[in-house]
Amino acid sequence: MSDFDRTAEYVQHHTEEEGKKQRKTIWVVFWLLLGITGLEVTLGLYWKDFGIAWSFVKWTFILLTLIKAYYIVAYYMHLKHEFKSFIYMALAPYIVLAIYLVIMVLIEAIYINEVDKFL
Amino acid sequence: MAGHSPSIDRKTLWGGGTSPLGVSYGKMMMWFFLVSDALTFSGFLVAYGFMRHRFEEAWPVAEEVFTHFPFLHGDHPLLYVALMTFILIMSSVTMVLAVESGHRMNRKGVILWMALTIVGGLIFLGSQAWEWYHFIHGTEAGAYQLADGTIAQWANEAMTALKLPNGTELMGADLAAAMETATHIQGANLTVNEYGVPLFADFFFFITGFHGTHVFSGVLINFIVFVNVLKGTYEKRGHYEMVEKVGLYWHFVDLVWVFVFTFFYLI
Repeated sequence: MSDFDRTAEYVQHHTEEEGKKQRKTIWVVFWLLLGITGLEVTLGLYWKDFGIAWSFVKWTFILLTLIKAYYIVAYYMHLKHEFKSFIYMALAPYIVLAIYLVIMVLIEAIYINEVDKFL
Repeated sequence: MAGHSPSIDRKTLWGGGTSPLGVSYGKMMMWFFLVSDALTFSGFLVAYGFMRHRFEEAWPVAEEVFTHFPFLHGDHPLLYVALMTFILIMSSVTMVLAVESGHRMNRKGVILWMALTIVGGLIFLGSQAWEWYHFIHGTEAGAYQLADGTIAQWANEAMTALKLPNGTELMGADLAAAMETATHIQGANLTVNEYGVPLFADFFFFITGFHGTHVFSGVLINFIVFVNVLKGTYEKRGHYEMVEKVGLYWHFVDLVWVFVFTFFYLI
């Protein structure tokens, strides 16, 4: 390897024993993701039969999605175990841009939809 | 875990000569790419949300659009897309297991799990092609586009009434008058959509298409890395970080699907 490639310094290796632990975490997260997806599908199919309000179902979906996203990013993409500064680098754009965009754009859309009814 | 000891004080960390973020150049650049790519997808999904709320009344319910399942007759809403989600979650697990095998320098493990990941990706792509085919093909009865652009479907098997998006039904003389200027449409493309507003079809093709392209390139990159694993490139290099990097990309593709699944199919 050339002097310029310093990747090896940051590479993670682990032993057989650590690997066992990690595989356990991986499978726990897998069952969690599968369970949440199953819950989402069941709710999507039968929410009318359960007699729950749609707005409640909708927010449940969004919450479950965010939980799923957290587990994928934190454990499968390993972000939870990176440096704090690195975590902020990855998450700051969404806190600043995406959430702001969602709130602004959706408020505007609902407003235009209302205005249409009076035209 | 190397590069992850929190005991390094800030001065040493930011004093030069080491990566202050504790990751290699390649991995950081993969993350930078994923951050920007995720913002692109956020843009698409927010645009979808805008149009959806803008045309709340005319927007089709995804559950009533994607109801087919291979080898099964009748309506099976959500079942097919649930299967696709399951396939993608499975291939995410096999990918992370490949990364884990790489950390132990277990070449056989990497080969096995990466192969399964590639197979999972290909099955997902096939499923998406199947879904696109059915969406473009449409239902047997199709729908009618009235003179003012509204999409109306037959309210019953006997075809005596057309159901309008606002819930009312056209019957008798009204129906006959409307039918004179109406055009019959079947399936969906970028300009017409038998299930409702054409925008729904546009967003469907665009968002799932963009995601599908990501899956496709993911399979391709996975395959290239897989060949390198077979050739022993990473064994010689002393680490399997390349598997980790494509792993990040692959998980990102799964992550995007989690959001597409919720906002396109569930809500």
